[in-house]
Amino acid sequence: MATTTAGPTGIPVREEHHPQSFIRKYIFSTDHKIIGIQFLFTTLFFLLVGGLLAVMLRFQLGFPGEALPGGSMLPETMAPGGIILPEFYNSLVTMHGTFMVFFAIMPLLVGVYANYLIPMQIGTHDMAFPTLNMASYWLFLVSGLIMLASFWMVGGASGAGWTQYAPLSATPEASGVYNGQILWCISIAIFGFSSLLGSINYITTVINQRAPGMTWLRLPLVIWALFITAILGLLAVPVLTAAVIMLMFDQTIGTTFFLPTDGGQPLLWQHLFWFFGHPEVYILILPAMGFVSEIISNGSRKPVFGYKSMVFAIMAIAFLGFIVWGHHMFQSGMNPALGMSFMITTLIIAVPSAIKVFNWMATMWGGAIKFTTPMLFAVGFVMLFTIGGLSGIFMASTPVDIYIHDTYFIVAHIHYVLFGGSLFAIFGAIYYWFPKMFGRMINETAGKIHFALTFVLFNLVFFPMHGLGMEGMMRRIYDTSRYTHLAEVQDTNTMITWAALGLFASGLYFMLLFFWSLFRGKPAGVNPWDATTLEWSLPSPPKHGNWEEIPTVYHGPYEYSHPDVEKDWLLQNERPDVVSPAHEVTVRQGEA
Amino acid sequence: MDWSLPLNISTQGVQIDNLFWLIFWLTAIAFVLVEVGVLWFLWRYRAREGHRARYTHGHLGAEIVWTAVPALTMIFLGIYSGRIWAEIRSPDSFPEDALTIDVTAKQFEWNVTYPGADRELGNDDDFTIRNRLEFPANEPIVVRLHSEDVIHSFFIPELRVKQDAVPGMAIPIWFEATEAGEYQIACAELCGNGHYSMRASVIIHEPDAYERWYDEQTGAAQTAAAD
Amino acid sequence: MATHSAQAARFEQTSFAVGDKKLGMWVFLASEVMFFTGLIGSYIILRWGASSSWPAPNEVLNVPITAANTFLLICSSVAMVKAFAAIEEGNQKGLKLWLLATIVMGASFVGVQAYEYIELVHHGFTPASGLYGSTFYAMTGFHGFHVTMGVLCMIWVLGKAMRGHYTQENHQGVEVIGLYWHFVDLVWILLFTIVYLI
Repeated sequence: MATTTAGPTGIPVREEHHPQSFIRKYIFSTDHKIIGIQFLFTTLFFLLVGGLLAVMLRFQLGFPGEALPGGSMLPETMAPGGIILPEFYNSLVTMHGTFMVFFAIMPLLVGVYANYLIPMQIGTHDMAFPTLNMASYWLFLVSGLIMLASFWMVGGASGAGWTQYAPLSATPEASGVYNGQILWCISIAIFGFSSLLGSINYITTVINQRAPGMTWLRLPLVIWALFITAILGLLAVPVLTAAVIMLMFDQTIGTTFFLPTDGGQPLLWQHLFWFFGHPEVYILILPAMGFVSEIISNGSRKPVFGYKSMVFAIMAIAFLGFIVWGHHMFQSGMNPALGMSFMITTLIIAVPSAIKVFNWMATMWGGAIKFTTPMLFAVGFVMLFTIGGLSGIFMASTPVDIYIHDTYFIVAHIHYVLFGGSLFAIFGAIYYWFPKMFGRMINETAGKIHFALTFVLFNLVFFPMHGLGMEGMMRRIYDTSRYTHLAEVQDTNTMITWAALGLFASGLYFMLLFFWSLFRGKPAGVNPWDATTLEWSLPSPPKHGNWEEIPTVYHGPYEYSHPDVEKDWLLQNERPDVVSPAHEVTVRQGEA
Repeated sequence: MDWSLPLNISTQGVQIDNLFWLIFWLTAIAFVLVEVGVLWFLWRYRAREGHRARYTHGHLGAEIVWTAVPALTMIFLGIYSGRIWAEIRSPDSFPEDALTIDVTAKQFEWNVTYPGADRELGNDDDFTIRNRLEFPANEPIVVRLHSEDVIHSFFIPELRVKQDAVPGMAIPIWFEATEAGEYQIACAELCGNGHYSMRASVIIHEPDAYERWYDEQTGAAQTAAAD
Repeated sequence: MATHSAQAARFEQTSFAVGDKKLGMWVFLASEVMFFTGLIGSYIILRWGASSSWPAPNEVLNVPITAANTFLLICSSVAMVKAFAAIEEGNQKGLKLWLLATIVMGASFVGVQAYEYIELVHHGFTPASGLYGSTFYAMTGFHGFHVTMGVLCMIWVLGKAMRGHYTQENHQGVEVIGLYWHFVDLVWILLFTIVYLI
């Protein structure tokens, strides 16, 4: 193995090779690619956990009061005779959200792909701080296991919603949850450290270790997205860390930050949580948007339309993301004048997202579109994220939010952007970079089946939830039969549950396909997608240290179908005049 | 399933519903533009023999148009929504001398405190009824929300009313029902294990019927106090 | 493989002037600013939003001793500056001596804080003493934790200095721990002002 240390100027210098044990190479590895793959396996497991929790809560909504198949295995405190109790239902809802946000989507986007792609796409050997990077993975794993362990505590896992509003979350007598709540806080605090170490690495590496010729405006949009996301994480996650520690203190050592006795303020929790929480949702979407730009450009055989606008939009979304958090609190008792200002910033933040959607469409316009599985998922993202974004406009309007706040309209919105958006992009990214990671292809037909099943079933599950919200069905409701205004919703809920079961099954199908392809996928070449970014010039999979010699970058990241080049792609480290010597080409410095 | 909003029996609800449907039509236009556009492009620009993609990096004019149009639409929505928001929530817009009722949420019930015969809250002749909110139609009503334990949320769908009840705070809202009827308060903020069942009856009377009900209640309360 | 100097020349086109470790520390400190902003911001909101006023600091806390302790921490920052200046000139002995001085003063600061905590608890002022207790212990406690971590890292740096690891040309580690130390000092000055003086 060659170690990489920073020389006096911070430039990576490679030292001599020496052999490594299996443990150093694959378990406690400092190689960013191995760390990315470790994140991948771990997060796919947590995605499964999150999905299972969803299926269980949907079972209660679809067949209220019936025994869950296999539910008799659960303890009496959760589901006596297999029938889910309200307290367990609240835990299911809470932990579904918690696992999906923190342990599935966020690390799939960042832990996997920031680690895997950044050094290769910018043209360097590894991250700036490889040992800290390794620590980031292990802290993540520990935090996830602690979160899982909370189910086994007396009183069960936290049941106060992934948003953990105080005083409910700080008062065991009110929630019925004791140690499970403390473990939630500890897990999230440790997760915060993992995220911090990752952010420090990504930011430092992107700033300092770009290859010669890789100017800022020649970076792939994936890197821009991951870089800005890392800054968001750096600044937002510590506020959550402070908040969960204060919450834990309220529950354990008698402090009263969020408890009304002696002047504590429940709303303070909401402000702290959402000051983190809103940038968090942009952390959950920006990398996905980066993947989509890359894959659509590749699939259309065209440069990304409006590269500079796309970069501007990423920065605008990130910046504005810090000043919209109050839109989660319009009905909270917060000063209504603040409602006005947060509404304005929230409506404005719709604009850069719209810019991106139009630029993706314009990238496809005039293209030569290949319907590969990654392309299908990326286009699916555009279609579904648009629905999620448009539904957001309803809740941005404070008067309309009076009605739809805390209803299934919000649940529909969340899932269109996080599943139809982020998860679709993640699936696209998994199919797209699988050949580079493992040297094998995932079978195209099998992948298309996964896409079709997911697209159809996803819409069957979540589109009706807009209607349920319109009817006034509240969130986090164990049983709708107590309310006269919800007399008609049971049939819809049952239908949704059946579709959700199907959606979960299609997720299992994908997991099987993924693992099968690891061993039996068709061997992949160096560049099976005829793509342009630097990782596609490396072997599949690349060696430790990536390059013998750092490449030089000659032009922008999406030079597809250049008129003077015969093949319809150009790697960033390929010179057009070298590739097509008969033609004189000027690719101007600094231009994409 | 019913793709419509519930019956609206509130003056504020008219404005809220109109705004909802305005946003619906604006977003429907955007929806059709994007989804049809994407599907059309997928078909029209599919890879074909002898066809090469157009090599372009962008177009400033297009960027300006599709930035300005959404931005102007959002500004319009912001101004329109802001006016309605002020009418519903601004302290200045609260009705003067309205019947004021205290509603105190707790796990898992709603305790409604009415002013007594003197029509003023905060003194001895107030009376509290568990899980029943009764008031007259065609009259502005002010509800002051309290909570004894955790955050709950006061939600009456047909009145288009929702407001969190926060312990340590007294939060006023106002509304006016346009007709009599019987409805429910639903709790709209996860408050523990009985959250799903935290409902109360809402009985909206014809104005004169309300006077009679009120006199019965205050009579009963005085009798109870005297005992 | 291209020669080191040619590669160095090409990297200079794209990289920042600041080396990795220093940049990494600045990035880390940005997150620390947000962490303390969460705590201190909450304190400000809770205190100035309170319906009844909180006790004046000198009614509950020992302001003179803490003022002296503050001075001690500032002196430790001066010692850190001198340690860095020493190694910039290649003065190994100066580096070790001034690092040791920083450690001693930093550890003393923590010691005095711990003593103050014991005295306060003895007098019945604990984290459960209302919002004042909640915010006081949370803020100063986390600051003390950060100082302790700083002292431990400083000991590690001193260990490396004893083994001659740092030279006039290569002493990024000293600069980086110095940055952290000055940050921790700055946070304390802010905390001391708003918790003990105002």
